[in-house]
Amino acid sequence: MALSTSTGRTLRVCALYPELLNIYADRGNLLLLRRRCEWRGIGFELTGSSLGDSLDGRGHDLFYIGGGQDRDQQLCAEDLLRTKRASLHEAAARGAAILGVCGGYQLLGHAYAIGDEEIEGVGLLDVRTVRDPGPRLIGNVAIEVSLEHELEPRMLAGFENHGGRTRLGADARPLGHVLKGHGNDGRSGHEGARQGATIGTYLHGPLLPKNAWFADWLIATALRIDPSELSPLEDGLEREAHRSARRAAGV
Amino acid sequence: MAVPLVPKLALARAAGALSRLRGGGATSVPGKLLLKLEPDAIGALASRLDRGSVLISATNGKTTTAAMVASILERRGLGLVHNQAGANMAGGIASTLLSAARPRGRIAGELGLFEVDELWLAPVAAQLSGLRAVLLSNLFRDQLDRYGELETIADSWVSALRDRPAREAMLVLNADDPLVADLGRDREGFVGDGEDRVGDVRGDGNGRVVYFGVEDDSLALAGMAHAADATHCRRCGAPYAFDAVYLGHLGHYHCPSCGRRRPSPTVRAGAVTLEGVRGARFRLSVPEGAAEVKLSLPGLYNVYNALAAAALAVALEIPLAAIVAGLQGSRPAFGRAETVTVDGRETRILLVKNPAGCNEVLRTLALEPGEHDVLGVLNDNIADGRDVSWVWDADYELLAGRVRSVTCAGTRAPELALRLKYAGVDPHRIRVIDDLAQALTAAAADRPSSDGAEPLYALPTYTAMLQLRELLVRRGEASSSWR
Repeated sequence: MALSTSTGRTLRVCALYPELLNIYADRGNLLLLRRRCEWRGIGFELTGSSLGDSLDGRGHDLFYIGGGQDRDQQLCAEDLLRTKRASLHEAAARGAAILGVCGGYQLLGHAYAIGDEEIEGVGLLDVRTVRDPGPRLIGNVAIEVSLEHELEPRMLAGFENHGGRTRLGADARPLGHVLKGHGNDGRSGHEGARQGATIGTYLHGPLLPKNAWFADWLIATALRIDPSELSPLEDGLEREAHRSARRAAGV
Repeated sequence: MAVPLVPKLALARAAGALSRLRGGGATSVPGKLLLKLEPDAIGALASRLDRGSVLISATNGKTTTAAMVASILERRGLGLVHNQAGANMAGGIASTLLSAARPRGRIAGELGLFEVDELWLAPVAAQLSGLRAVLLSNLFRDQLDRYGELETIADSWVSALRDRPAREAMLVLNADDPLVADLGRDREGFVGDGEDRVGDVRGDGNGRVVYFGVEDDSLALAGMAHAADATHCRRCGAPYAFDAVYLGHLGHYHCPSCGRRRPSPTVRAGAVTLEGVRGARFRLSVPEGAAEVKLSLPGLYNVYNALAAAALAVALEIPLAAIVAGLQGSRPAFGRAETVTVDGRETRILLVKNPAGCNEVLRTLALEPGEHDVLGVLNDNIADGRDVSWVWDADYELLAGRVRSVTCAGTRAPELALRLKYAGVDPHRIRVIDDLAQALTAAAADRPSSDGAEPLYALPTYTAMLQLRELLVRRGEASSSWR
């Protein structure tokens, strides 16, 4: 078998605040990335960067930010601005992939509201998260996404649970449009946001185990190769799990 | 004009009988109707109990702990009104009281023993004028889509305890869970604040606190499990530092910023020995003395349940010998480490419903030598939580290299199968059979050897456990617990 171009490479992942921003089983996302690299002979390096730690904007191919309890998320927001904002902007500028899920998505925007307070974010995505008097948006969700290197639109399935309503500015594109569920604000039909390789979404469940194809797309994007260059894996259970999550959303 | 209680009781009873005739197992149906007719029914019926009521709440272990308390108290000849089937919201508690109510304002029992859902603690406690003690054991990450964040539940408990009658009841708290232990800090003269008030433990409550905790360094884990929840000092907001971690975020901790420490408990477990899935032993210390306890329930989580039950019994002035006898006589509650026979094969049912509880079950299973056959059932009904993310927070890695076969069933079976694959279980040993009845038959039939001595371990979520038991009852392999 010919070695694919990815063999011998190493995916360097940095998880931000892994001990605080992890409440929606964010570890599942990191585990998918790890195993799917290892099974292909791609090296995998995981570094954590937490409160007070500096961040090496050049040392990682993929940055991951999960969701946390309100109080913890606020601590992280302050720390992000103080110690990590410049490095993250540097990383995004040189094309590193950045994925924020749930609270992590809100932190990537300009600001998010909690109670009557507005907390400043790192501003990598042109989005703003506000509150409205409505209920939390909770439930299974499925969205359709169109990504480069993919021949046709594909589906992401997951679970959302958020009080904030996220509004997109002119520079951000939605990650996908909602097939079932609420999405960014329950009204716009948009879910998530994208600017280059910086992606935010409310889909947990976790996201990557329910959508192994998207884990591969992220790995490829972070390594700056085409996903078709990744060697195929025995994905029977992965496809069944994806179908199960779609069924739960009613798609 | 107010309609008297009696016709409302009759109507609610009739609704319950009708629901059972139609094959419903829902024990909360008559209670829900009764509460519609009479919103104060819980308070009105509970006021008939001569010795008042006690409440038990926690994320994990409510049903087992209440069963242990019942085992202790029944041995003392106390008549209990107890929601033993685990229907623990207001409707379930009202149903239990309704079925104990007798004509002419009487009730069949002296003491109310109620486990109560975390979010229902405040409204239920507010109704119980004869509330004697509130036992609060632990708060773990659970069903975020239904319960919300841990701190939200902790806040609701703070307000539940602020008002009468809970304000004047004895509080029985787990010193090892910082979120729970903090609930007793504001009480005057809590037991275990370093001052010798041992004699005060007994008595009529008066808002005092009994703390319980594990003191056994040999049990300490290398570090926090992934699913452990960050906990902060409620006084100054700094994250707690842990000197020992026993289970999830339970352990010995202190606040590095303001110096607040774990309260030192008056009811303690030491010298703990875990005997796989068969049982556990520990040394129980209470103000009266100390004694060995041999549990037929497995795992450190059941040691915590026993310790909680013992602390509540201490609050109720039960002597040590009776506590020990009651704990040792405890049998597994409904679906919790229960053993049944399926097609001639011994099957152990171990309920798993959230990461912390699941981890303890997996840890206990890992103590058993050899490779196991496992039936995992993952449902996403409302009572399970619609969000099944939590399986990725649980340490299924503990099963890697320890399973001969895993059968995955339930509404989200493929997602459990995937979790096991990424935990390092050989995919060739994993099969998916969505339908529970078929999965059970297949798993029971697939024996490692002809003598069939190795048990099957069934790990269902809550509604899967109910379905599993219903299947077993229909097959005549378990007795019905619906009353």
